[in-house]
This record gives sequence, structure tokens and C-alpha cells, in this order.
Amino acid sequence: MTSTAAPAMAYAEGESAAGRVRSGRPQRNGLVHVFLIVMAALWLFPLAWAVYQSFRTYGDTAANPVGLPQELTVQNYIDAWNQAELPHFYLNTLLVTIPAVIVVLFVASMVAFALTKFNFRFNLWLLMLFTAGNLLPPQVIIVPLFRIYLTIRGIPEPLSDNGLLYDQYIGIILIHIVFQMGFCIFVLGNYMRTLSRELVEAAQVDGAGIWTVYSRVILPLCRPALAALATLEFTFIYNDFFWALLLMSHGDRRPITSALNNLTGLFFSNTNLLAAGSILVAIPTIVVFIALQKQFVRGLALGSTKG
Amino acid sequence: MTDVAPALPDQSGRTGATVIGRARRRYSVLTAGDKVVLGLMIGIPLFFDLALIWGPTIASIVLSFTNWNGVEPLDKIKVVGTSNYEYLITGYPFFWPALWHNILWLLVLMFVATPIGMLLAVLLDREIAGTRIYQSIFYLPVVLSLAIIGFIWELQYAPEQGFINNVLGRTANDNLIDWLGNPSLNIWAVLVAATWRHAGYVMVLYLAGLKSVDPTLKEAAAIDGATAWQTFRRVTFPVMQPINVVVVVVTTIESLRAFDIAYVINRGKNGLELLSTLITNNSISESNRIGFGSSIAVVLLVVSLVPIVIFLSRMMREQET
Repeated sequence: MTSTAAPAMAYAEGESAAGRVRSGRPQRNGLVHVFLIVMAALWLFPLAWAVYQSFRTYGDTAANPVGLPQELTVQNYIDAWNQAELPHFYLNTLLVTIPAVIVVLFVASMVAFALTKFNFRFNLWLLMLFTAGNLLPPQVIIVPLFRIYLTIRGIPEPLSDNGLLYDQYIGIILIHIVFQMGFCIFVLGNYMRTLSRELVEAAQVDGAGIWTVYSRVILPLCRPALAALATLEFTFIYNDFFWALLLMSHGDRRPITSALNNLTGLFFSNTNLLAAGSILVAIPTIVVFIALQKQFVRGLALGSTKG
Repeated sequence: MTDVAPALPDQSGRTGATVIGRARRRYSVLTAGDKVVLGLMIGIPLFFDLALIWGPTIASIVLSFTNWNGVEPLDKIKVVGTSNYEYLITGYPFFWPALWHNILWLLVLMFVATPIGMLLAVLLDREIAGTRIYQSIFYLPVVLSLAIIGFIWELQYAPEQGFINNVLGRTANDNLIDWLGNPSLNIWAVLVAATWRHAGYVMVLYLAGLKSVDPTLKEAAAIDGATAWQTFRRVTFPVMQPINVVVVVVTTIESLRAFDIAYVINRGKNGLELLSTLITNNSISESNRIGFGSSIAVVLLVVSLVPIVIFLSRMMREQET
């Protein structure tokens, strides 16, 4: 599921293990490497196979599924790109993902600020309420949610062309924001708790209002956490399959991951085309992962510090 | 207008003075405007959280005692008592298979994927050449969506062109293995794919936990002549206790949420029934048995409360210490 509920994730940087003992005896490392290479090969294989298939022709695969290829081609990518109208679906994804990530970080940072920097009576309970909301399986709430989306009317025109939340980008964006909020509040709360409370008090003594304290003092300090969460939330929301599948009826409005479901019909009998399509859909998250690995690393570690 | 609001006792525990926290009562200056801003900061998100998550959760419970079909007006809903549940348990042929598949999912992730992830973490948590590359490789499946993972594994399992059958030589009509079509095989095939993804996830969680293990502990154990296994069993594993809780919670929740892979393969039917697919198939996609679908949602909710309560009670304990 996209909204993975890992409150405490961390990505250990191997190189940063400064001062760590070599716990394995040197002579054993050979065996360890053999094991790791075998495992890594096993782990890469399904993906590598999909890449390989995506460059083969249909006839070639049918004649000789596992052998060496007669020819390699990028035609599958061209066909998948055009026939499945992938650019259109990438755009749908952007329309959902960008606003959802921005708003969820904004909202979650405000809640985390209010709940961790001030001592209200119900802080812990509210924090738990938000966090638990993110831990529920989405299927528990989907039936009434589906009805709510069909019932509420009067969503104004630029946001909704049928007045409903159903079948609209705004509806998908909204449920992503609300559902992901719990995780972001949890992580940002943990992070903000490490910031000294004196920062807030000092600013208040200087006459700053709460909004100024939040936007000028706390938010800038949270930049590392926000960058890391943005990376994570991008992949969570990009990878969502469930919400858009059930809360949108027009297949051509769906973001790309949910639209994969239509692709199966389109490419039903051509596995090479399906492979190329899958790779194309996977590429953005893989690129983000490789390019921003440091963000994953730093960000995922945040949740693992004691909450 | 300024009024002085006494802050509540500091419960953050940063200083360790908790039980007698009241002694450290602090005073902060919150103007009326500040209070409004804080109220809105919490209130608006709280409203949406209640309206779109907790409201529907309660609505699921209420609807499960009705036979609403989604068409008739809400005031004509008939309350049918527990008959949805009775039918679910005694009459509906897919309930027990679905529940069993969810349990199986949990068992496989817990006792296959999790140990693999833990082993990888222990092996990679040291100065081993290329540890960063290994970590990236094992983590890579985790950044893919489960729907894509379904497609990628279909290329392995396809009866005639799939890799596995070709390697096994089982592609002829009389000996073909239909990995995804055979209702007694397909759940296992899908669980292999789920394990492929989950192990990397668990590895990452444990790598975080292992970072916090004091290296001198392991050093001391090694000097005392402990084997690698003894060091792990007696030193590393106990220290990872907090992460174990997180891993158990995450693994349980992932198992209960399982949906995407099964759905892209065959819409969660014919051997791939899961509680999640039964809910959507009964009340949204194909039929309008909303009351009945809700009763399945309630079963899923009740099961989900176990990991959620475990997690929340851990959260509470940590706030108190």
C-alpha cells in the first residue's frame, strides 16, 4: 500500500558507521559476500527480467521465451507510450501528487507544531488519533467514504466538474492529504520534539505571535525533515492504486498507477508491451529513489528516534 | 488583549522530571489571537480527520447492522441485527478463505520475509564492501507500487512465456503449471512477490535499530569468545526490542492492507480472496450489498485494532518515560 504505516523507518548509511567494531571476523567476509551477491542477484532478477522482456519483440519472445534475443528493440516503449497515452496519465499523477504532498506537509507541520510545542490537555490523545487514522487499512473506511463522495454536492466548478468529490482530482487529493496526515504528523512531531522549547518561548517574549513562531522559527528548522518527508510522500502517493481506482469512475482521469489496471486490458496478450509499460510507470519512483537516496536515508531515520 | 494562560505540566519528558512534572509548571503567553490560530491549526485538520476517517469507520460499524443497498434513501434503511455477520460466518463461501489468506499473508511476511530482512540488516550493518549498493538493491522493490510488482511477477509466472515455467520445462499443454490461475497455488505465488518487497522494508527498519546498538557491547561479546550467532541472540536482538515492536506492527498492517497485487492479478478471486477485496467487490465494484460489505469491513477493523493498540500503547509509554 502506498501509505505505508512505518512510523519508524531508517536507512542506515553503511559508511557512516564510524567507530563501529568489525563484528564479523575478516575470514568470514568471503562467505558473507557470496551470500549477499546471490541474494542481490535474486532480488534484482525479476526487475531485470522485466527490463529484458521490454526490449524484445513479441514474436521473438513467443518463439524462444528465455533464450538470447534475435533482436532488441525500443518499439515496445514507443507503443506503450503512445497507445496507452502515458503522457496523459503522468500528467494526471502530477495533478494529484504535487498538491497533495505540499498540502499534507503544510497541514501536518501545523498540527505537529501545535501538539508538541504547547501543553494542551489532550495533546497525546490527539496525536494518537491522527496516527491511528493512518494505520487503519483503507478498506475499512472505503464504503462510507465512497458514499460521502457521492453525496456531498456543491463543490465549485474549477475544483469539480460534477459538483461532487467523486471522480474528481480534488477528491483524490483530499483523501491522500487526510490519510497521509497521520504519518506526517507523527514524524514531524518526533522531529519538533528535538527542537528546544526555549526557541518558541524566546520568540514569544520578543512579541512574536504564534503564526510567526511557526512560520519563521519552527518551519525553517524543520527543513531537513520536510525534505525527507516530501520524498517519501511523493513515492507513497505516486504508488497509490486503491483510492483512485475506487473513487474515480473515468479511467482516463486516473493517475498512472491506478491506470495500470486499464493497461492490462489494452496489453492483455502482449507481455512485452506490458513489461515496457510497467517499467515506464516505475521509472519516476526509481529515479527519485536513486537521486534522493540521501533524503530517504535522512528522512527515514527520523521516525526511528524515540517518539 | 492579552491574557496569561498557565501551561499544562510539561509532559515531553525532555528533562526526565515527569512524575513531579507539575513542579515545573511553566507559564507562556498566549494572546487570544494566538489561541485562535492554534485552534485552527489543530481544528481544521481534526475536522477532516474525523469526517473522512473516523466518521466512516463508525459508519461502517453502523451499516454492518443494516441491509442498505445504497439506492434506497437513508431513512428507509432496515436494521437487520447481526444477520450480516451470521451469513458471513455460516453462509458466505469466501469469508473463511479470505480470512485464512490474510492470516497466511501475515505468517509468511512475519516468518519468512521478516527473518530475511533481519538477516540482511545484520550482515549489512558493518563495514562490508559495497554495503550501500546491497542496501539499495534490497530496498529497490519497496519503492515500487504493489500494482507494478504484480505485473513484474506476472512475467515470471506466465504459463507459456513466463521465466519459471520455461526454466522448469513445464510449458507444454499437458504439464503446464498455471501459477496464477490455479486457486491452490496462486496465493503462494503472490506471497513470493510480497516477500520480495517486504524483506527490503524490514531490512531498513532493522538497520535503523542496529545503528543504536552500542558497538562496545558486541566488541565485549566478541572478546568473550561469543560466536556470531550468540552475539546476535544475546546482545543484538534484545537491544533491538523497540524496533521489533515496530516491525511486528508494520508487518501486521501490511498484511491486513494487502490488496493491490491480488487485484491486478485477478481482482482478488479464485484463490486470491482477501478481506480487502471482498469488501470492495461486495459494496462498490460489482454489487451493492453495502450492509454486508460493511460487516466484512468491521471484521477487518477489529483485527487491525490489535497492531494499532500495540503501537499506540508503545507511543504512550514513550511519552511517559
